[in-house]
Amino acid sequence: MLCMLSMHSSLLIAHADARPMYLQLIEQVQQRIAVGDWPAGHELPSIRALAAETRVSVITIKRAYSELERAGLIVTRQGRGSFVAERAGLSLELRRQELDGQLAAAADLGRRLGLSADALAERMREVARAHEGPEAHREPPRSHEES
Amino acid sequence: MSARVIQLEGVEKAYRFFRLADVHLSLEAGQVMGLVGANGAGKSTMIRLLMGMLTADRGEIRVLGHAMPAEQALAKRHIGFVAEDMGLYGQATLGWHMQLVRGLRDSWDQGYAEHLLRHFNLHTDQPVRGLSHGERVKALLLLALAPRPRLLLLDEPTTGLDPVARHEVLAELMDVVRDERRAILFSSHHTQDVEQISDVITFLDRGRIVESRDKESFLDGWRRVSLDLPPGVGVPALPGAVAVSTSGRAAVVTTREYSRAVEEACAHAGATIRDVQRLTLEEIFVATVTSQREEQQR
Repeated sequence: MLCMLSMHSSLLIAHADARPMYLQLIEQVQQRIAVGDWPAGHELPSIRALAAETRVSVITIKRAYSELERAGLIVTRQGRGSFVAERAGLSLELRRQELDGQLAAAADLGRRLGLSADALAERMREVARAHEGPEAHREPPRSHEES
Repeated sequence: MSARVIQLEGVEKAYRFFRLADVHLSLEAGQVMGLVGANGAGKSTMIRLLMGMLTADRGEIRVLGHAMPAEQALAKRHIGFVAEDMGLYGQATLGWHMQLVRGLRDSWDQGYAEHLLRHFNLHTDQPVRGLSHGERVKALLLLALAPRPRLLLLDEPTTGLDPVARHEVLAELMDVVRDERRAILFSSHHTQDVEQISDVITFLDRGRIVESRDKESFLDGWRRVSLDLPPGVGVPALPGAVAVSTSGRAAVVTTREYSRAVEEACAHAGATIRDVQRLTLEEIFVATVTSQREEQQR
């Protein structure tokens, strides 16, 4: 059973998700690479195998793979299959990209609320502190430095 | 590799109250085509023409390289066909039917047939008469799939199936196209099934093909654009617009050719884009058919 599981990529398509199926696939592959599940050189399932496994049309999987290839995340070798690109720091780069994406959205929202870049950065520090966990509470109360 | 498994050129078939007109269509090996149409659109007529069960009044039909219906005996060896009204012998069991087809088709794969029995939760000793609708459809699919034909022609294979059975059937269909030499053409009212597994989508309405395109570019082109119109600004003419509705200063335009040109046209007219949404295949189908019918009536 374990062996069976490891043969599967466990990529999923959620039909309640309004985003197109190829985008869902791209994000899941990015995620696998970002967390290190799929290291450099890892072989991806063939297009037709993944189509059968996810029950999604071949053309959709092809599109996801070709966009991942264009982004430099995977390479396809004719007749041999598709592999995670051998690029130093790819997983770190992807995680940074995700962080940048979230920060850009926050910056956007901040701008709409009329916050300056400095005020936004200060707010970010506060939020980060609040999420640090138990150790954070040992620090002196924040009201002190804010006044 | 890109061999045509189906080719229709200028095909016509007229009945007293219905006419299939000027059909051009092709399907390549390794592909799945979903045929969508309202009741009476001509889906079954088209599938029967492909099977050689009907003769076209005009035009050319080739299936797996064979002219239909003249060379149907050659083509049918490699076709699996399922239609709801297909005859099974009520008193006989599924096992008896499997033996019958096994005797007729050299390519019958018994191991695969047994896999399908288990996956579809069917039993060889079941008399066909006692089968539920869903079991009957699955039994027909089993008989069509087990010889591993190069082409599957399926008329409404998922209609009337419960959700579990539908998933089992879709899984088996996608398993077929692991082999890039094989192809499937299926008709369905269930647009979600079509959207999920088709490489090419064809819309048929009142005997005419109103659209036939690869799924990705098809779904990508359609968008619903919500606009805010400042006072004095009318709804801009957008590329590919098929429907417009307005309410006060808000307007919603449905387009089949979404691109930067749409955004530019809005900016140029002074309208602000509030939201851009994708459409489901069902919404696209209804919008296509409605706009086509309006055009024909003009």
